Amino acid sequence: MSGLLVPKDERGLITHVAHHAALPFVARKKSAQVRPKIDPELARLILWYIGCATFWLVFGTTVGEYVGIKFVAPDVDEVSWLSFGRLRPVHTNAVFWGWASLAMLGLGHYVVPRVSNTQLFSTKLGWYALVLINVTVFSGTLCLMAGINNGGGEYREYIWPVMLPFAIGLVLTLYNFVKTIANRTTKEIYISNWYIVASIIFGITITVVAYLPFWQNGLGETIIQGYYMHQGVGMWFMLFTLGIVYYFLPQQLNKPIYSYSLGILAFWAQILFYTTIGTHHFVFSSIAWWLQTVAIVGSAGMIIPVVAGTTNFVMTFKGAWFKVPDSYTLPFFLTGIVFYFTGSLQGTAEAFRSTNLLWHFTDFTVAHSHLTMYGIICFFLWAGIYAVLPRLTGLEPPQITVGVHFWLALIGLLFYTIPLMYGSTLRGLMWMEGKPFIDSVIFMAPFWLWRAIGGSLMWLSHLFFAYNMYHMIVSSVVIDIRETAFEAIVQENND
Amino acid sequence: MDFFDNHTKLFGAAFLLFLVLTVFVALVPAINNEKNNAPLPGFQPLSDDAVKGKALFVANGCVACHTQQVRNVDMDKMWGQRPSVAPDYAANERTDLWRNTATLMGTERTGPDLTSIGTRQPSKEWNLVHLFNPRIVVKESIMPAYPWLFEVKKEPSQEDVIVTVPERYVKEGGILVAKKEALQLVAYLLSLKQTELPGGAPPNGMVSTFLYKKETKEGSEETSANPGPDGSALYATHCQACHQPTGEGLKGAFPALKGSEIVVNDNPELMLNIIINGYDAREEFGVMPAIGKNAELKPDEIAAIMNHERTSWGNNARKLSGQEVSKLMDAIKQLPNQ
Repeated sequence: MSGLLVPKDERGLITHVAHHAALPFVARKKSAQVRPKIDPELARLILWYIGCATFWLVFGTTVGEYVGIKFVAPDVDEVSWLSFGRLRPVHTNAVFWGWASLAMLGLGHYVVPRVSNTQLFSTKLGWYALVLINVTVFSGTLCLMAGINNGGGEYREYIWPVMLPFAIGLVLTLYNFVKTIANRTTKEIYISNWYIVASIIFGITITVVAYLPFWQNGLGETIIQGYYMHQGVGMWFMLFTLGIVYYFLPQQLNKPIYSYSLGILAFWAQILFYTTIGTHHFVFSSIAWWLQTVAIVGSAGMIIPVVAGTTNFVMTFKGAWFKVPDSYTLPFFLTGIVFYFTGSLQGTAEAFRSTNLLWHFTDFTVAHSHLTMYGIICFFLWAGIYAVLPRLTGLEPPQITVGVHFWLALIGLLFYTIPLMYGSTLRGLMWMEGKPFIDSVIFMAPFWLWRAIGGSLMWLSHLFFAYNMYHMIVSSVVIDIRETAFEAIVQENND
Repeated sequence: MDFFDNHTKLFGAAFLLFLVLTVFVALVPAINNEKNNAPLPGFQPLSDDAVKGKALFVANGCVACHTQQVRNVDMDKMWGQRPSVAPDYAANERTDLWRNTATLMGTERTGPDLTSIGTRQPSKEWNLVHLFNPRIVVKESIMPAYPWLFEVKKEPSQEDVIVTVPERYVKEGGILVAKKEALQLVAYLLSLKQTELPGGAPPNGMVSTFLYKKETKEGSEETSANPGPDGSALYATHCQACHQPTGEGLKGAFPALKGSEIVVNDNPELMLNIIINGYDAREEFGVMPAIGKNAELKPDEIAAIMNHERTSWGNNARKLSGQEVSKLMDAIKQLPNQ
C-alpha cells in the first residue's frame, strides 16, 4: 500500500467505497426476487403497454383534476374545447380505455403465457392491439373535445368509428390469448386465465351490444346504457384485474392461493349476478319496474362473489402477514383488497330503492366510482406493475418514491371520497325535504373543494408513479452484479 | 374436472351464460320497449331549430350534470307535474349514421332536472343571459359559461338578438348578440315540456303517482308548532333566478319586486293573478311563467311567497292569510285565461 504503483482494484473495493452512508430515512424493503429472464421481445411489448398506460393515466387524471377544479372555479377558462361537459368524458374514457385497459392488457400478456407455461402465441398481434387501442383513445379524445360524441351515454361517448379499433384490438388479443392457452403445457387452465379470457370475451360482447343500432330507440337506449356501463366496469375491468391478482398475489406471497374452489365460485357467481344489475342506475325511472327489481336482486347477489373473492385473498395472506411490511408491492394488493370488499358492498348498498332516494343523482355515485375504479382497479394494477417490471428490466424503482406514490394515492383517495360521500348524503336529504335546489349547490361547495384537494394528491401520486416507471425502464446506473460477474467470467474464458 | 381443463368448453360455457343473461336483461327488454312504445297523442315533435339545439346540448355534454327524468318519487315533484313514462322517450331515434340515440335521461343531478324547463323557465331572455354566464342570474351557480355561443358587435343589425348583460361582461362599446347556436340551444330548452297524458292517466302498467310521500304528522302539537310553508325557501325555488335574492331583478330583463307598485298594493289580486297565470305584457321584460299553475302551488304556499315579497327588501305591505288567497284564487279561476 505504500508503494508508488496504483493498486489493482478489480472488485472496486477501494474506488467504489461509499463514504457517506445514507441515513435510513425510511425502512428498507426487500428487493424483487431475481427471476429467470423472459423473452426480450415480449418484455419490450409489455413495457410499451404499461408505458402507454402510464401516459394515459397522467393525461387522463390531469384532465380529471382540471375538471374537479371547475367545481370550485367555474370561470377558470372560456374555451369551448375545455368546457366541463366536454372534458368530463375525456377524463373518464382516457383513464378507462387508455390507462386501465392498456395496463391490464400489458400485465395480461405476461400472465397468460406464464401460467400456461408456454410462449405467447404472437407478439405481433400484441403490437397491433396496442396501436389500435392507442388510436381509439387519441382520436376519441380529440373528437370529444371538438364536440363529437355518441349521444351522452357514459363511457360510450366515443362514436363507433372511434371505438372500432378498440374492439378489433380486443378481438386480436382474444385470439392471441386463446391460442396461447391452447398451446399450454399444463393440463389445467390456471384460474387467472379464466378471468382474463372471459373478461375479454365479455368486453367484446358488451361493446358490440352497445354499438349495434338495432335496440337503441327510446328507452331501449337507456336499458342498453345501464347494461353497458355496468358490465364495462364489472365484467371488463374487475374480472380482468381479478385474474391478474390471482397470479401476482400468491406469487408475491410465495404461497399458493388459499382456495381454488372459492375462485371458481366467485367466477360463476360474478357472471350470474353482475350481468343483471345494469338497470340499478335507473331505479324509479320509466324503465319497467320488474327490470329494476331484477337489477336490485342481482346487486344483492353480488355479495356472494365479493365475499368469496375477499376471503380467498385474505386467507392467502394468512401466515404471511409478516411479509407485508417488507414488501413494496403487497401494500398495494392489500389496499386493493380492502377497497374490493368495501367498495363492492357499497355498490350493493346503493342499489336498494330506499337508498336510491337518498343517494341517486348526487356525487355519492362519483365517490363510489372512484373508490372502486381507483381503490380497487388502480391499486391492483400498480401492485402488478411494481411486481412485473423489475423482472422485465432487472431495474427496481427507488423505494422512497414508491412509498410516496402509495401514500399520496391512498390519502388523496380518502380526501376525495369521504367528504364527497358525507356531503352528498346531506344533499340527498335536502332534496328529500324539498329545500331549494340552489341551497344544495351552495351547501356542496366545501365538499367539492375537498374533492379538488384529494384529486390533487392523487394526481401528484401519478407523477411519482411515472417517475418510478422511468426508473424501472430507462435508468441504467444500477448494475446487475450477477450479470456483470457472468459477463466477466465469459470474457475471461474467451481471453 | 375434465370440463374445466378444456379451454373451448370452459370459455364457451362462460360466454353462453353471459350471452343468455344479456339477452334477457338487455336485448329483450330493449327491443320490447322499442316495439311497444309510441309518443303520447299530444306530443309535439322538435322544431328544426330545437333539433339543432339538441345536437348542441349533446355536443357540449350537458347531460353530465342535467337529468331529464322525473322519477316516480315524491322528491322529484319539483321537476314535473307527473313522473316520466316510457312514451316520453319514444320519439328519440338514432341521431345519424355516426351517433347513437340520445334520450339524455342522465345519471347525475349536479344541476336541476330539465324535463320541464320549458314550462318552468320559458323566458328566452333569461335563458340567453344564463347561457352566456350563469352567474349573472344565479350568483352561486357552478354551471360553465358558454360565451362562444355569443358575439360582441359594434353595430348589431335588425335581425340580431341582443342580450342585455351587466357592462363588465362586455368589452367597451360593444353589444352582446346571440349567435344562431345560442338561439338553437334555447329553442331546445324551451321545447322541453311534459306532454299531458290522455285523460290524465298513464298507459297501462305504468306508475303515475309519486311514491314515498313525506309523512305528515297528524298530532295537534305538531300542527300548531308548524309555522306553515317557508316563504323565503319557496321564493328561492321559484322566483329568485329572475327577480334575484335582493328583489331588485335585473335591469332590462326582469322587473324589480322591491318597491313594485303591484307587489305592495293593498289589493293583492293582480299580483296573485301574475303568480298563478304568468305575465307577458311588457316588452322590455322577459316572459314570466305561470309559476302557480305549473308547480301546482297550494294557497298557503302562494300566500307565503307573496308575504315574503311584500315584507322584504324594505317592502312593507300587509300580510295575507292562506284563506284570503284561497278565496281570491277561486275568483281568479272564474276569469277567462289571458
